[in-house]
Amino acid sequence: MSRQELLSPEGLRVDGRRVNELRRILCRASVLNTADGSAYFEQGNTKVLVAVYGPREPHTRAAGNSGERALVNVEFNVAPFSTSERRKRSKGDKRVLEIASFVRQTFEGAIQRAVYPRSQIDIYVHLLQHDGGTLETCINAATLALVDAGIAMDDYVCACTAGFVDDSPLLDLNAVEESSIATPALTVAMLPRTGNIALLQMESRLPAAKLEDVMEVAVEGCKHIHAKLDEAVLAAAGDLAAKLSH
Amino acid sequence: MMDIDTEPVAADVAARIVTPGSAITSDPAFMRGHGTFGEGATIYSSVAGVVERINKLVSVRSLKQRYSGEIGDIIVGRITEVAAKRWRVDVNSRQDGVLLLSSINLPGGIQRRKSESDELQMRSFFAEGDLVFAEVQSYFADGALSLHTRSIQYGKLRNGTFVAVFPQLVPRSRTHFHTLPCGVDIVLGVNGYIWVSKHVSAAKVEANAEHIYSDCNEPISDAEREAIARVANCVQLLNRLYVKITETSVIFAYEESLGHAAKDLLSQDVAAELAHSVMARLKQQAS
Repeated sequence: MSRQELLSPEGLRVDGRRVNELRRILCRASVLNTADGSAYFEQGNTKVLVAVYGPREPHTRAAGNSGERALVNVEFNVAPFSTSERRKRSKGDKRVLEIASFVRQTFEGAIQRAVYPRSQIDIYVHLLQHDGGTLETCINAATLALVDAGIAMDDYVCACTAGFVDDSPLLDLNAVEESSIATPALTVAMLPRTGNIALLQMESRLPAAKLEDVMEVAVEGCKHIHAKLDEAVLAAAGDLAAKLSH
Repeated sequence: MMDIDTEPVAADVAARIVTPGSAITSDPAFMRGHGTFGEGATIYSSVAGVVERINKLVSVRSLKQRYSGEIGDIIVGRITEVAAKRWRVDVNSRQDGVLLLSSINLPGGIQRRKSESDELQMRSFFAEGDLVFAEVQSYFADGALSLHTRSIQYGKLRNGTFVAVFPQLVPRSRTHFHTLPCGVDIVLGVNGYIWVSKHVSAAKVEANAEHIYSDCNEPISDAEREAIARVANCVQLLNRLYVKITETSVIFAYEESLGHAAKDLLSQDVAAELAHSVMARLKQQAS
């Protein structure tokens, strides 16, 4: 069986994008009225809904938490209808727990947790439709929801993936590109103001010399996403400010 | 970098909106307030909100956030836990408030120290899930709010329905307990919790001082029920419109809503129509 052609001779990808092109991004803050903050984020066909509750009274006193900083709790849920094959994932699915833990670690660094002592911030992430780049979409959506909840953060956290196919780095992989065994996928989450990296994750092999090229592409993608997120936040904030000033 | 030296004018609110990580000023003369953090000499915003400056203090007011208490605030809370000599109360804040056994009134207004027998029957005063109308008395060292209900008007809430709104929509004012012309009492908690109930006259409340911790509702007629539901829906509607919730705005919304059935108020088209007329009334009143 031959490997599927991921990059045509004309330099186009399976979904018609060029190598350094992001998928279409659509995002909106404040989509739920019962949550403190919420966001809907669409990157191509990957769709994520995030609800943030808190800072609120912690449910359990976690061991080793002195209470000087807020706890961040992330739950990730994959809808059974999110993939073409209907499948119910259990709560204890290792893959699901892993993504939740990545999101938690990313935001533990970005949220100013010392501002909210003795409290807990709950982030509920729902993957509604899956088409690759789950982690990046979850992080981007969670950022938007946290900003919407008015939680103090050092900066936005913007995430983006990049892969490496036929000697050229590819930006923002979709499910077809991601599932191909030969494609290494690198997920980068960064704080755009300082350029600090909050998360760097890759599970396959990539020639060390190429890492820098792939990172550079991913970081460019993060900057684009930052602009999109900022736009959505300003739109939501401007809307509320206009209503309040009446 | 934005110019924060200009005097704040209502019209340029949109121009003063900042997002997390954006630089506000690098002038070392300014002090950092809420919603900001410093790195070197530069002050950055940590939330999305409106920049405010008071003398040399720069702060960012987030447009949506949880209630942060101030001493003297009148609030509505829900008991979450009965603990030793205290109740824990959900006050929509970043941690639960505390109502000490020593800061409640005893039935009948008896003045004495709380004894061990009071401690054993704490659930007969407030049990889990009960709603309390209270005032913020002080802070604890860890930042939790200490509440008190030492007044005849404070205490357990009955005979009505609960509505939660954005806390920033309820402004602090002289009174938070109103009797609306439609014969409905409303408690506007500064923490965004609102209680809409049947009107009970103050004289009757005082006569019933023995039963202030009763769990039984008084008889409520169908007409009263509908009025309560209508006011609750009006509050919900004002919340959706992101309009300040005050006695006047609730009365306006109530009056405008009279043309529709109470149960339809939150349906898409009726809500849109009401939004229009309520906003017009509020604008007219403001000018």
